[in-house]
Amino acid sequence: MLLSGPMAWAKDNLFSSTPSALTTLAFIALAMWLLPPVIAWATSLAVWSAPDGSLCRQHQDGACWAFIAAKLDYLRFGSYPLSERWRVDVVEALGASLTLWLLWPKAPRRGWAAAMFFAVYPVLTLVLLRGSETLGLRTVDTLLWGGMLVSLLTAVVGIVFSLPLGVMLALGRRSQMPIVRLASVMFIEFVRGVPFITILFMTNTMLPLFVPEAWTPDRLLRPLIGIALFSAAYMAEEVRGGLQSLGRGQYEGALALGLNSPRMMALVVLPQALTMVIPGIVNNFIGLFMDTTLISVVGATDFLEAMNNAFKDPAWSGPTIVASGYAFAGMFYFVFCYSIARYSAFLERMLAKGRRK
Amino acid sequence: MTPSSIEANNSVAIDFVGVHKWYGSFHALRNINLSVRCGERIVVCGPSGSGKSTLIRCVNRLEEYQRGSIVVDGVELTRDIRRIDEVRRDVGMVFQSFNLFPHLTVLENCALAPIWVRKMPRRDAEDVAMQLLTRVKIPEQSSKYPGQLSGGQQQRVAIARALSMNPKIMLFDEPTSALDPEMVKEVLDTMTALAQDGMTMIVVTHEMGFARQVADRVVFMDDGEIVEINAPEPFFDNPQHDRTKLFLSQIIRFGVV
Repeated sequence: MLLSGPMAWAKDNLFSSTPSALTTLAFIALAMWLLPPVIAWATSLAVWSAPDGSLCRQHQDGACWAFIAAKLDYLRFGSYPLSERWRVDVVEALGASLTLWLLWPKAPRRGWAAAMFFAVYPVLTLVLLRGSETLGLRTVDTLLWGGMLVSLLTAVVGIVFSLPLGVMLALGRRSQMPIVRLASVMFIEFVRGVPFITILFMTNTMLPLFVPEAWTPDRLLRPLIGIALFSAAYMAEEVRGGLQSLGRGQYEGALALGLNSPRMMALVVLPQALTMVIPGIVNNFIGLFMDTTLISVVGATDFLEAMNNAFKDPAWSGPTIVASGYAFAGMFYFVFCYSIARYSAFLERMLAKGRRK
Repeated sequence: MTPSSIEANNSVAIDFVGVHKWYGSFHALRNINLSVRCGERIVVCGPSGSGKSTLIRCVNRLEEYQRGSIVVDGVELTRDIRRIDEVRRDVGMVFQSFNLFPHLTVLENCALAPIWVRKMPRRDAEDVAMQLLTRVKIPEQSSKYPGQLSGGQQQRVAIARALSMNPKIMLFDEPTSALDPEMVKEVLDTMTALAQDGMTMIVVTHEMGFARQVADRVVFMDDGEIVEINAPEPFFDNPQHDRTKLFLSQIIRFGVV
């Protein structure tokens, strides 16, 4: 008898009964039929480097990764001026390291990380990306921004603003004040009842109507506002679910100690409610990341739109160019969304440790 | 009755005058008149649904009342939220279901209100919390989360947490009802020790042994009314009202007293 090791595991889990063995064999057959061609297409048959599209035109049964390599700069920066792209590099590197610092639970001085990320970093980003004549940085119109820069910027702005907005809306919806409650309900239900693309068109065309001409929001700022407001409505409903699942005893325990309403919310209610709805919040973050691909309908050049633009280059018009491009785009979105999902799973495990039996 | 409580100053800690409360059309409290002196220990008993919990929850205004007045430590409870917070700071409450904060450690549970309401420096608040945890005999659990403790331990933490605000009055709402039988004693012992230190207490409980031993007066409620108030000995040995007799005979049948 095998008691341990891979053979024993396979016997226990894959071939424990006749139906189980048949299912296992069927899936092995399916994988052997489907996977090798895909892997070969993406690796051994692929064109990894080429000076132009001619090699890709000859290799019709493999991916054309050379196309991605040739267009990578455009896919990252869009039409951001060549000489100024270091500014984007700095912003991205800073953003990545601050995010890591902030999200790593054991990192020292995370308070500093938060302060930098939420107070210093946005200003720095704005100055660097937009430019400032006083600092000798050339102004770069947002119409030139594009590619991963715009996708990541949209996602980060959306995530950072939608959660606090959503919490405020959720609290507003449960408020004792009728006007606040009504306004919150109306906002949430209106936004949830309208497709995201409609919201984008509305922020794009209606925002300029409501503010003085001098304050007309930038073309790129409008979809950013749109995505933050859209996501906030969904976030609010997630947070409301967390608030409702909290027993009345927690409120009474806090009130009986003399904590006033804001402190009760900040110290007792929200920490528990938000922890409870982490999966839902993260789901929203992932959805938001996907939705960034839609901002191209109002003229922004996000990563996917940049990819579509890159396909139009006649020098790169092989039969597998488009498939390769979308495969790469898919991987780009997958890497980010899967990382978000894994981080949230890790966070849930960490927060669950010890707190509940 | 202990001599100390007779000598206790005669100032009034809590004064109910003609209090009525309705839940919709249900008349939950009917014309409650009760004066609790400083240092006095009151046990409230009665069948379930008789309004005992509602009565003490009116003291720190977890429940509103519609008619009459309640004055706590000289402050009349009105809709004024600042006055309510003022009263709540000086009135500790222990609940049947503990209501500890599960996301905070035992020590953090006990230091939270002093830090944020009394504006005490964190270190001082934690020192005080440790002293209180020692007083309820669980200092070694201070860094655990409530979910890791037994029911009896959780309820003792809840008592320490209520004491952390240094209250003048303590309210206990069936503190042992949710506990396994073997844990009831440790909680009652903690409450008895508190009573011996001269704390003003109102305790809603079915523990008649505790009532007999600790109470200065026992209040019997039925159907939203105070039916009988008396010192423990005459209350248990010579009840005046039929409803009291019925209630006592019912619990004596199960050998609770």
